[in-house]
Amino acid sequence: MPTIAPLDLPSHCIATAFLGEIPFFVLADGTVHRLDHGHKTSELHDGLLCAAHDPRNQYLLTGGEDGKVLRLSADGTAEPISETPGKWINCIAAGPNEAVAYATGRVTFVHQRNGTISEFAEKRTVEGLAFAPKGLRIAAARYDGVSLHWAATQAPPKDLEWKGAHTAVTFSPDGNYVVTAMQENALHGWRLKDSKHMRMTGYPAKVKSMSWSAKGKWLASSGAPAAIVWPFSGKDGPMGKAPLELGTRGDTMVTCVACHPTDDVVATGYADGMILAVRISDQREVVLRRGGKGAISTLRWNGKGVQLAFGSEAGDCGVVDLTA
Amino acid sequence: MSEAVNRIAEPIPVTVLTGYLGAGKTTLLNRILSEDHGKRYAVIVNEFGEIGIDNDLIVESDEEIYEMNNGCVCCTVRGDLIRVVEGLMRRPGRFDAIVVETTGLADPAPVAQTFFMDDDVRAKTRLDAVVALVDAKHLPLRLKDSREAEDQIAFADVVLLNKTDLVEGEELARLEQAIRAINPSARIHRTERAGVALEKVLDRGAFDLQRALENDPHFLDHGHPDHACGPDCDHDHHDHHDQGHSHTAADIHDASVQSISLRAGPMNPERFFPWIQKTTQIDGPNILRLKGIVALDNDEDRYVVQGIHMIVEGDHERPWKPDEKRESRIVFIGRDLDREKLKRTFEACQA
Repeated sequence: MPTIAPLDLPSHCIATAFLGEIPFFVLADGTVHRLDHGHKTSELHDGLLCAAHDPRNQYLLTGGEDGKVLRLSADGTAEPISETPGKWINCIAAGPNEAVAYATGRVTFVHQRNGTISEFAEKRTVEGLAFAPKGLRIAAARYDGVSLHWAATQAPPKDLEWKGAHTAVTFSPDGNYVVTAMQENALHGWRLKDSKHMRMTGYPAKVKSMSWSAKGKWLASSGAPAAIVWPFSGKDGPMGKAPLELGTRGDTMVTCVACHPTDDVVATGYADGMILAVRISDQREVVLRRGGKGAISTLRWNGKGVQLAFGSEAGDCGVVDLTA
Repeated sequence: MSEAVNRIAEPIPVTVLTGYLGAGKTTLLNRILSEDHGKRYAVIVNEFGEIGIDNDLIVESDEEIYEMNNGCVCCTVRGDLIRVVEGLMRRPGRFDAIVVETTGLADPAPVAQTFFMDDDVRAKTRLDAVVALVDAKHLPLRLKDSREAEDQIAFADVVLLNKTDLVEGEELARLEQAIRAINPSARIHRTERAGVALEKVLDRGAFDLQRALENDPHFLDHGHPDHACGPDCDHDHHDHHDQGHSHTAADIHDASVQSISLRAGPMNPERFFPWIQKTTQIDGPNILRLKGIVALDNDEDRYVVQGIHMIVEGDHERPWKPDEKRESRIVFIGRDLDREKLKRTFEACQA
């Protein structure tokens, strides 16, 4: 039976992460909390808007209403990356080789470890950022599509066009697909080798959360009374196939999803604070948390996949331990 | 816990300020931010510009119009507002209300529609009122050379006729008529240096039809020949009863926005509801605002409707009073509307 170590915090939880084995909770009020032999707090921003962790779980990146971008290490020390006074940092991403990307307004900035800073201007506001799994390639979601930039060059971007507002973006783990969430209740995908379109529609609400399964066979998403899980194992991705619906509930919506790091299991968080773990193969469900004060806003497995950190819009956070 | 409870308790009211460059928006914003009214406002501006107040609740935001992918040209929202409002609402304890300042040339419709069409924004906020500032000295010129100035007045719940010190009294009456010719249901306040009591601008509940009617029981009557504005008509009016002489207004306002006021008897709901749906579907792009109080046949309650382009909302309000005439009234403000057709089809819905 899973056990929960609750951590009640005062503000909307934007992100959770494990740096090494230490769980971190990033709050909208600008504080970051960690459970490292007791509850410790770092005050980073006057209003925190976005956060990302690096692929090797060594540090967290945060961006705020104060225009600051910071890198936070597992011991709680914060290192400034940049500051743009008066501008909101709307989105942030962590890439290979400690690369950092963040956007304010219509410009994306990419900082590399060697000190190089590149700037990529878009015609419209950047709403989401993601690094490709390999190579220094950055995707910027914006109105009418996605711009793909090679961060080390100033070559013109490859534009993936699809009409409408794209508000978040993710690469598949093999780097073959780019998928966005849209202002309409839909996802849109492109197969990169031929820019072929993939429309994923039918959601009753906006998709706020997307997560790729281990090895990228599935893409799980929120925005419905169930976790909507699209198959990406065939050569045409999800085209012509129906998604799986996992953990369906009649009275509430899935607000957050997180795929297990090794097994085909999806942690599914709901608007009423409930969390289920659902196995993709047989749709078997295990209750990890019965409910809480607010909608689940973030879920993150640790590296071994035996602990799950969660946060909610109301600040009631915690860690589920599956080993106990 | 208290924060979570607060969040559920009340949606945050949002006031939209429109007006041409130089009409006095910044002056009004500075008053809202600095006066001692006991409320805290978060302000979303296009540029920090001349706001001389250091306040971390002033957010700069690039106007970002998003068309919805449903093939409807008037279904537009402001993407930047969705993002900023979402960010602000994650820390709800910091402020009591939001003010959105638009650029001088902005179309108010996408701003207003954001608060109806985006589910997340709608769940956490409510549109309180659209306030238009107009510069009394430059209004005639603006109305001649710009569609936006007309749209802003047509859309407004409250119009501040500002800089009245620069214009003679008679001219002011003419300006007020021009405004009323575009928008008969807005409240007009004459001001100098945007000097209006803030409670006449903020927390109006203009999109809450229940409250709009409580605040102004005759909101569909102003400008109607049968209605003599009395002390309960909470708008500054001076001499707008000479509606018969509207050629004076036409001298200023020769532009394309018109308002069409219709009256009829009790409606057959099985005809009225399909009619209002169809009318707003077909004429939605041309309808800027609509407001109405409808008598439904065999229904003891008044039914109130309002709309922006294709968005229509309606609700039962309160029982008809014994001495009230059970009639249906509706006002359309828009462009290229076919008055005869609207009148004919509206009247055909009568029980």
